[in-house]
Amino acid sequence: MLIKQLSIFIENRTGRLAEIASILADNNINLRSLSIADTSKFGVLRVIVDDPYSVEKVLSDLGLAVSVTSVVSVKMNDQPGSLAAVLKVLADNNISVEYMYAFKGNSGDAYVVMRVDNDLAAQNVLTKAGFKGYTEF
Amino acid sequence: MRYFNEHEETMSRDEMHALQSERLVETVNRAYEKVAPYRAKMDAAGVSPDDIKSVDDLAKLPFTAKQDLRDNYPYGMTAVPMSEVVRIHASSGTTGKQTVVTYTQHDLDVWAECVARVLTAAGATNEDIVQVCYGYSMFTGGLGAHCGAEKLGCAVIPASTGNTARQIMMMQDFGSTVLCCTPSYALYMYEYMRDNNIPIDSIHLKYGIFGAEPWSDKMRAQLEENLHIKATDIYGLSEVCGPGVAFSCSEGNGLHVNEDHFIIEVVDPKTGMPQPDGVPGEICFTCIDKEAMPLIRYNTHDISALHHEKCSCGRTLVRMDRITGRSDDMLIIRGVNVFPSQIESVLLSSGNVDPRYLIVVDRKGTLDEIEIKVEINAAQFTDQIRGLEELQLKIKKNIESVLGIAAKITLVEPGTIERSVGKTQHVIDNRKI
Repeated sequence: MLIKQLSIFIENRTGRLAEIASILADNNINLRSLSIADTSKFGVLRVIVDDPYSVEKVLSDLGLAVSVTSVVSVKMNDQPGSLAAVLKVLADNNISVEYMYAFKGNSGDAYVVMRVDNDLAAQNVLTKAGFKGYTEF
Repeated sequence: MRYFNEHEETMSRDEMHALQSERLVETVNRAYEKVAPYRAKMDAAGVSPDDIKSVDDLAKLPFTAKQDLRDNYPYGMTAVPMSEVVRIHASSGTTGKQTVVTYTQHDLDVWAECVARVLTAAGATNEDIVQVCYGYSMFTGGLGAHCGAEKLGCAVIPASTGNTARQIMMMQDFGSTVLCCTPSYALYMYEYMRDNNIPIDSIHLKYGIFGAEPWSDKMRAQLEENLHIKATDIYGLSEVCGPGVAFSCSEGNGLHVNEDHFIIEVVDPKTGMPQPDGVPGEICFTCIDKEAMPLIRYNTHDISALHHEKCSCGRTLVRMDRITGRSDDMLIIRGVNVFPSQIESVLLSSGNVDPRYLIVVDRKGTLDEIEIKVEINAAQFTDQIRGLEELQLKIKKNIESVLGIAAKITLVEPGTIERSVGKTQHVIDNRKI
C-alpha cells in the first residue's frame, strides 16, 4: 500500500515542463501517474514511476533537485462514494492528508495516491478496513 | 555664513600639518597603551609609538581592517572605560556580529561639529528647519544628522524613515527648509508628490543634504531641478564616526575632508603605498580626535583620489573625488552596506551546506531592490510546497534580521546559476545611478 513517489523541483517558466518531459522520454521513463503543485515562481512535479530509485539517480545525475517520498496508494472501485469511504477511514483515525491525486487503472479500478502525516498508521487502518493497495506496476 | 569653523576649515597647510601631527602622536601613544589589538599589531610590525613623530610617519603604521573590529567585538577597540562612553552605534555584520563604534561626549561633540560644517557649507543657518529622514537606530545617519543640525541651532524634525505621505505632510506643515536623507529617497519623495498631484510649492525646501549611498551628477541635477533645492553631498562611515567625514562645497569639485579630525590617505590597493594627488586608490582614515575609539589607517575600500590645492570656496581642507567604486564586493542598498558574504552566511545558517546564489540588484523607479536567487539543493528539497515556502520565508526573515533590509528570495533549480571559471560571480548590479 505504501509506494515511492518521485518529486522534481521545477521553475515556473514557459517550456520548462516540456523540457522535463523530454528528459523523462529520452531516458525511457514511463509515468504511471503525475500531479503538479505550483506557486507563482516554482512548482513541484510529483510522479509515480516503476523504478523510483533508479529514476531518482538518473534525474539527480542530470542536476535536477529530486526527492523520493513515501505515499499511500489505495485501490478503489471506480464508482461514486469510493473516495469518500477511503477518506472517512483516515479522518476517523485523525490522519491528515497533505495532498492527493488519482488515476484510473486498466480494469475498471481507480487509484488514489495520498501524502499523509503518518503513512504507517494510514496503511494500518486502511488495511484493517479492507482496502487494498496498488504496488504491482 | 560661509564656514561653521573658519579657523579649522581655512588654516594653512603648514598649520594643518602641525595640528594633525600633534593629534596623531597623541592618538598613537594612547591607542598603543589602551587598546591591546593596536599594541599587538604595532609590535608585530616592529613599530613603536616613538617612531611616530609627525603625520609624515603615518605610513609606518599597520592598517586596520573591518575584520579587526569584528574580531574585537564588542568593546575590544575601545580605549576608555565604559563610564566615559555615552553612545554606541553599530553597522550590520555577519550573523550576530556587528561592527561596533563607541563614543564619548567629546566624540559626539566633534561629530556634531563636523555635520554642522556640512550644513553650513550647504547654505543652512540656525534659521532653518531640518527634517532628518535617515533611520534613527544603530545606523549613524539619523542621530548624526540630528546632532549636527542641533549644533548649528536649527530646528530639527526627527522624522526617521518610512511613511512618505506623512513625511511630505510634515514638510508642508512644519515648513522644513532642509532635507537630510539618501538621494534615492529624495527622488522617491519627489515622484510621490508628482504622482499624487502634490504641488512642489506646497513645500519649502531650500537645501538637501544627501548621502549614505553613491549618487551621480545626473541625480544631483534631477534633485536640484525637481525639488527646487541646492544639493550637498555628505560622506561618512560609522567606523570613522558617521556622516560628516567629508562634504561637497559650492564649487562642486569634490568633497572636503574634515582633516583636523580625520587624516585621509589614498593607497594603492595592491602595494598599500600612498598615491600621489589625482591617482585613485583605497581611502584610509586615521581618527586623530576620537577618545573612545581611535582608528588607525582604517581601510574603507572606497575608491577615490585626493586633491590638496586650495579650493575656490576658501577651504584648505583636502578634497576627495566622489566615490567611484569599491575595491571589495560591498554593495550599498538603500543606504545599507551589504556584503555577499553576509548573505552567504545567512544561507549557511538556514541549513544550506553549499549555497549557490546570485544577488540581483536593481533600481525600480528610484528605490533599490534586491533579489537573491538561491539554488535549491537535494538536501533541502521537499515534495511539499509548504516546506519550500517556509524555507523561502526563513531565508527572507534571516536576511532581514542580519542586513536590516527586505530582499526577495527566489528558489531556482540546481545548476541554473552560471558558474564562471574560478570565482563564482555572486552579484549582478543592474542599477544605473
